[in-house]
Amino acid sequence: MKRAFPILGVLTAILLSYALYLALVVAPTERTMGDVQRIFYYHVPSAWTAFILFFINFGASVFYLIKRNPAADIVALVTAEVGVVFCTVVLVTGPIWARPVWGIWWTWDMRLTSTLVLWLIYVSYLFLRRFSSSGQTPLLAAALAVLGALCVPFVYFSIWFFRTQHPQPVMGGGGSIDPRMLHVLLINWLAFSCFAYLVCWSRYRLEKLQRDVDHAHALESLLAPRGSVR
Amino acid sequence: MTAPTGITRVTLLKDLRLEWRSKDAINSMLFFSLLVVVVFSFSFDPSAEESRQIAGGLIWVAFLFAAVVALNQTWARELRNQVLDAYRVSPAPANSLFMAKTLGNFIFVSVLEALMTPLFIVFYRLRALGPAWQLLLVAVLGTWALVVNGTFFAAMSLRTRSREIMLPLLLFPISIPALLAMVQSTTAILNGEGARFWIVLLVTYDLVFTTVCLLLFETVLNAE
Repeated sequence: MKRAFPILGVLTAILLSYALYLALVVAPTERTMGDVQRIFYYHVPSAWTAFILFFINFGASVFYLIKRNPAADIVALVTAEVGVVFCTVVLVTGPIWARPVWGIWWTWDMRLTSTLVLWLIYVSYLFLRRFSSSGQTPLLAAALAVLGALCVPFVYFSIWFFRTQHPQPVMGGGGSIDPRMLHVLLINWLAFSCFAYLVCWSRYRLEKLQRDVDHAHALESLLAPRGSVR
Repeated sequence: MTAPTGITRVTLLKDLRLEWRSKDAINSMLFFSLLVVVVFSFSFDPSAEESRQIAGGLIWVAFLFAAVVALNQTWARELRNQVLDAYRVSPAPANSLFMAKTLGNFIFVSVLEALMTPLFIVFYRLRALGPAWQLLLVAVLGTWALVVNGTFFAAMSLRTRSREIMLPLLLFPISIPALLAMVQSTTAILNGEGARFWIVLLVTYDLVFTTVCLLLFETVLNAE
């Protein structure tokens, strides 16, 4: 296991560089948007990766509620953290792309708004984990994760209806995508997923170690002879 | 052993009696929402046509903020003298307690709404162009959505540091769809447009979140 980590790290680095090369050099330039459109290869894979991580967070939380498995709790924590990072990347690259193309930084369009709400929900999840002082934080967090995940379809439908009632300028290329672009997009997504997996893995090990250390400290102070407790 | 509905009734009556004697929650909520109305009225000119467009949002934001005041007090009261711990070790079902607290909060917020709505109508010169009875339906469904999640999250934030600020941090993101539905349906009814989609959305939201809160409440209550 320990040897697999650096190997995966090197592979991810190579894959990321290759994906960068593909996105910046190989991918055809978009006809109307020009080179700005290349941010698409970061924006979309980040979004997909974030959604997958949030989905894993939901699965791990349900599993934790049923089985009370500590590993599932660490997985839920880690995927939420990394997912929020990727979701932030989406929310930052979006306006950078939107400004030259649509002429505005932000619009309360359906996808933008629902991504923002999703981000808010998972940030509040991380807040709960940070502020909760009881030993039962995993349970509370898992309950919140389930409610948050259930909220997502409501967010989507409500904002969909909210925004279709008041038509906005249509954005994002509707219609089909060039197969060469799709290829680059998928390679980028693969690279991003590997990267996310790598970060989650290392964060998982860190959290596991932290908990083991805390546990050992607690045990030590229990077992220490009277008077020598620090 | 008392029946689950009996426990709900007893707890609810106890909370109502406490509130009737102290009037803590209702007074602070009333004054708070009054402040929100007045403060908002300074940020724009509430003339008749404009106010109809924004009144839906305004009214619900005021109620949401005010409800947080009441929700924060729900469980804090039970912490004194370890009432909640006693409840935990007793064989009484957790959901009876949850229903009692939710119903209690629902009554408090409904009373607040009943008292504040006339004031809103007067201050913002509102007149519904659509069927006004639908506003009542929206109020009931919307209040339930806020209160059921709010009671649940208040119990959740009970064991956190700075719990007073934790409740809105948890409640607001999850309530966004419900809040959007309340605001949009209220605005639609005030402007004489259809609000069927939003009401259906609110009903579904209420059903889903009530069920999930009931399923998870025992876990949250026992998480020490």
